[in-house]
Amino acid sequence: MSISTSRSDQSYVLCALDRKLILATQGGLPLATDPWGALGEQLGLPADEVLARFQRMQNAGVIRRVAAVPDHYRLGYRFNGMTVWDVRDDAITDMGLQVGELPFVSHCYRRPRHLPNWTYNLFAMVHGISREEVEDKASQIHDLLGDTCEGHTILYSSAILKKTGLRLRKS
Amino acid sequence: MSAMTESLATTPEFTEVERAVINRLQTGLPLVHSPYAAVADELGVAEEEVLNTLQDLLDRNILRRFGPMFHAGEMGGGLTLAAMRVPQQDFDRITAKVNAFEEVAHNYRREHELNMWFVLATEAPDDIARVIAAIESATGYRVYNMPKEEEFHVHLHFPV
Repeated sequence: MSISTSRSDQSYVLCALDRKLILATQGGLPLATDPWGALGEQLGLPADEVLARFQRMQNAGVIRRVAAVPDHYRLGYRFNGMTVWDVRDDAITDMGLQVGELPFVSHCYRRPRHLPNWTYNLFAMVHGISREEVEDKASQIHDLLGDTCEGHTILYSSAILKKTGLRLRKS
Repeated sequence: MSAMTESLATTPEFTEVERAVINRLQTGLPLVHSPYAAVADELGVAEEEVLNTLQDLLDRNILRRFGPMFHAGEMGGGLTLAAMRVPQQDFDRITAKVNAFEEVAHNYRREHELNMWFVLATEAPDDIARVIAAIESATGYRVYNMPKEEEFHVHLHFPV
């Protein structure tokens, strides 16, 4: 369960050592029995301090988790549908939380409309092995939204044009 | 979840250990001393097997990366999703121009009138507007800025 609302009001301030740790692990965590010690050796810090800083950054939400990021295409999830919904403003927070709790929704956000061109304010990312699977999941979202929703569409990705991930610059 | 189970027939074949490592390590490494040994204990395999499997999955590009997943918004930077409407005949040229911005972290082509969708990540929140203006002037097309206003859920997990 990872329901959260934005916490930007209490932003964690990265110190120079945190930044060094982030820069040192942007490419990945060392694959060694003691990854914290290996990082500490690179940066001249004790292993305990490296571990404590990671724990603190994770608790503060700066790091979501230390985890494997699969290429979902290679795991067989070839269809990536960004489902977008026009949800009544008075229902959006409640419905967003409910849609976010659906097990197959990987990301769920409220974003601004751009009228008249773009009427959708709720975004829920859904993955599947086929278009039918994505459409089936979208119809479950539709059922949940009921009459709070005035329209929707699914934007399938047809090509990854760039994917470098979030990075700090070295400067 | 029957559709999900059926999907396994079409996914690449994974060994039992690979499957366990992929599934377990998507949810996050425990932040403890000897974390890989802790995961190995949970899975009932040797630590060395976890490390070797992980390295092999990375080498085969089944895993794109193993490490900390940063939350750019919490790092005090700017983060947004933006979209553009790019005519088909101009798509490749505009892709190159947009991707040349180092602030563009991901860029996807999507089947819609708004057909280019990218994530912008900047070190300072104020930089977003400047980068959007720069992309508009470099490409000649309008950029629709769609920053998150509320986050309801983020948890990417692909069971295999």
